[in-house]
Amino acid sequence: MSRQQEFTRAILNAQLPVPEGLLDGEMRAAGRRFSVYRNNVAVSLTEALHQGFPVIARLLGKENMDGLAGLYLRAHPPKSPLMMQYGESFPAFLDGMEQLAHLGYLGDVARLELALRRSYHAADAAPIDAEQLAALPPEALMSCRLRFAPAMALLRAPWPIYSIWRYNSLDGAPKPQAGAEDVLITRPDYDPQPQPLPPGAASWITALQAGETLATATDIAYAEAPDFDLSAPLALLINGAALTDVLPKERP
Amino acid sequence: MSTTQKTLAVAGAVAAALTAVATTQASAQAKEKCYGVSLAGQNDCAAGPGTTCAGTSTVDYQGNAWTLVDAGTCADIEIPAAADGTPRHGALEALDRDQPA
Repeated sequence: MSRQQEFTRAILNAQLPVPEGLLDGEMRAAGRRFSVYRNNVAVSLTEALHQGFPVIARLLGKENMDGLAGLYLRAHPPKSPLMMQYGESFPAFLDGMEQLAHLGYLGDVARLELALRRSYHAADAAPIDAEQLAALPPEALMSCRLRFAPAMALLRAPWPIYSIWRYNSLDGAPKPQAGAEDVLITRPDYDPQPQPLPPGAASWITALQAGETLATATDIAYAEAPDFDLSAPLALLINGAALTDVLPKERP
Repeated sequence: MSTTQKTLAVAGAVAAALTAVATTQASAQAKEKCYGVSLAGQNDCAAGPGTTCAGTSTVDYQGNAWTLVDAGTCADIEIPAAADGTPRHGALEALDRDQPA
């Protein structure tokens, strides 16, 4: 085992001995100073999870969140020095915790929080002018394809994840009602905005993301929700600065 | 539904969306960054851990912490006077007052 691996393992496991040969500035053995460092690593990663998943922390309470964070940070230490990305596998970790099985929605709520954070850090992209769509004759509109901004994200869940997020994030928001929710995240200005989607809209956007024409995507949405109306999701996409290209002809 | 009917339905829905967008954009207030008006830990930012912005202001009305407010309203926001009685207002640029010790 390399010195570095030994050091990393000892940082995350207090049962292991202090790695040999660690010295302070005056060449004395590091001794208990290493425990201070161990503690700082665990505390800062725990704080990172609290900051990255504020709704999960609120749903579980501080003590439970601290306990879970201690388990998670040892099983999944950061893969990147960029702390803003930490917690990528936290949603799957929550799904896998037997003790949390009665709170089945936690993983999907964590996915929403992670997607909001990723949206914040996604690259900028210039949105289209709505006039570009208005200028297309009906036939060209049907055969056009759309491209989306990197800051846009779509989530589908069998739980009311948007309502749970809103109830725990915004003052005075109504209590969540049981039911599945699809959520669209856009970034109109600086901060990502989650919005609930009407039935059919998530399939419509998924088909468009896959490169289907507006006609095909709309057929797919109608098949899922006969009263689907594309004007609602399209307005959300335009207002959210989420459309970056209208490609009027066939795939290049 | 025939293809023609479908085409017209989609064109109509797109036109409706564009009208809705034009209406909301006309009524939506532009936002501006306003410094020195946030309560401790409540400055706006969704950047998450490892960044220096989310909820990191440590004193109330910290002068270099900002929040988004409706454009044109920042300097008018009323916040309580400082402990020594000096009146305080929001500003479009970072302020020197109320820095963490």
